[in-house]
Amino acid sequence: MFNYNFRWNQALNSLPDMLEGALVTMEIAILSMVIGITVAILLTLFRLSGNRILYAIATTWVEIARNTPALFQIYMVHFGLGGFGIHLSPYMSLLIGIAFNNAGYLTENFRGALKAIPETQTRAARSLGMSPLQAFQNVILPQMLRISFLPMTNQMVWAILMTSLGAVVAMNTDLYGVTSELNARTFRTFELFAIAAVIFYLITKAITLSARLLAARLFRY
Amino acid sequence: MIEIQNVHKSFGALQVLKGINLTVAKGEVLTVIGGSGSGKSTLLTCINGLEQIDSGRILVDGVEVHAKSTDLNKLREKIGIVFQQWNAFPHLTVLENVMLAQIKVLKRSKSDAEAEAVRQLNHVGLADKLKVYPSRLSGGQQQRMAIARALAMSPDYMLFDEVTSALDPQLVGEVLDTLRMLASEGMTMICVTHEMKFAREVSDRVAFFHKGVMAEIAAPEELFGAPKDPELQKFLAATH
Repeated sequence: MFNYNFRWNQALNSLPDMLEGALVTMEIAILSMVIGITVAILLTLFRLSGNRILYAIATTWVEIARNTPALFQIYMVHFGLGGFGIHLSPYMSLLIGIAFNNAGYLTENFRGALKAIPETQTRAARSLGMSPLQAFQNVILPQMLRISFLPMTNQMVWAILMTSLGAVVAMNTDLYGVTSELNARTFRTFELFAIAAVIFYLITKAITLSARLLAARLFRY
Repeated sequence: MIEIQNVHKSFGALQVLKGINLTVAKGEVLTVIGGSGSGKSTLLTCINGLEQIDSGRILVDGVEVHAKSTDLNKLREKIGIVFQQWNAFPHLTVLENVMLAQIKVLKRSKSDAEAEAVRQLNHVGLADKLKVYPSRLSGGQQQRMAIARALAMSPDYMLFDEVTSALDPQLVGEVLDTLRMLASEGMTMICVTHEMKFAREVSDRVAFFHKGVMAEIAAPEELFGAPKDPELQKFLAATH
């Protein structure tokens, strides 16, 4: 155990490659959140619509996203859809898989947030002549996003970490993928993954901190 | 003119309105009094279509509120309603609260909406609170903001549903003053209230509701001076 020779220099030489991978990781996480939030708002509307089919679609989505491993979800997007002749690149599979997972969790967060908004808010908006959609868009949605802002930050952190699941679809340009390939070439396993872990940590910390600053600016009420 | 014709309404097995007939003319101030559960608040929410009715008809300027063909959003532009709970939109400033529906519903330009909002907020004495979020306002101020928000839609009718019931006693006066001002300006109003002194002062007519029935309606001097209905006599004895 004690005759492992640390060679940090060799590993640190790979830092530029790893940072490039970190950029891809952040890109996937951000895109997956944008898609996830958009879809989650849509699914929330499905749930509120009173239409049974739309409600069922939203509920099924949430149930699958939250109660099966994220790894399976990504695997299914890549290889499962591949079985139907839909062949997506590892990048797209990972992005869609994470976005699917995000949408499910966020829809559930939004449901909790909606419960915290008094029903009388909708009634007040409707009594001013707003349509149900106008009331949702102008009165309910902003409050819902504000209440679920911190859970959304958590999901963003989770999205960053989930990118490492790209391993199952042979994703090799994100932080995990780059690190893994470097490891296969150099066998500096401990050093490389320690550096990657620190980068992951710094990214997620940066996200939580900037979210806190953003919240202070956005929500002054 | 608001015409209420033989309106029945139940919540499950509970009959809250048992055949109400009532006409409110343009410019009239009607106050509705009665114990809780008498159906008086339900009637207001039926008038602007927030609640369905089981039978009968409600006509506002000849338009049947509960007809399938009626555009309720359009109709509600004419009928302002303010509730016991003021329901300020917490994410918007006072000014934005009063501007929102003007822009989204009436499609007024931002500058027109702002000018109207400032005018109405001035009217209710909140000119110095434009940029403040509602959480910084007292209950009475929030309620006056809700009144300004409804007035900014230039409604022909205003419905007030126990607007002072959730306020601390020392804040009731400022809201009632706002209502008095509106009444003196000729606004058509239906006020559900527990404030007997206010009802006596501002009303053209006062209606007494008891268990879903309009038991008595008369001019305030008559209704308070010489109540005929035994339930009304009991009610007035208890509230005086």
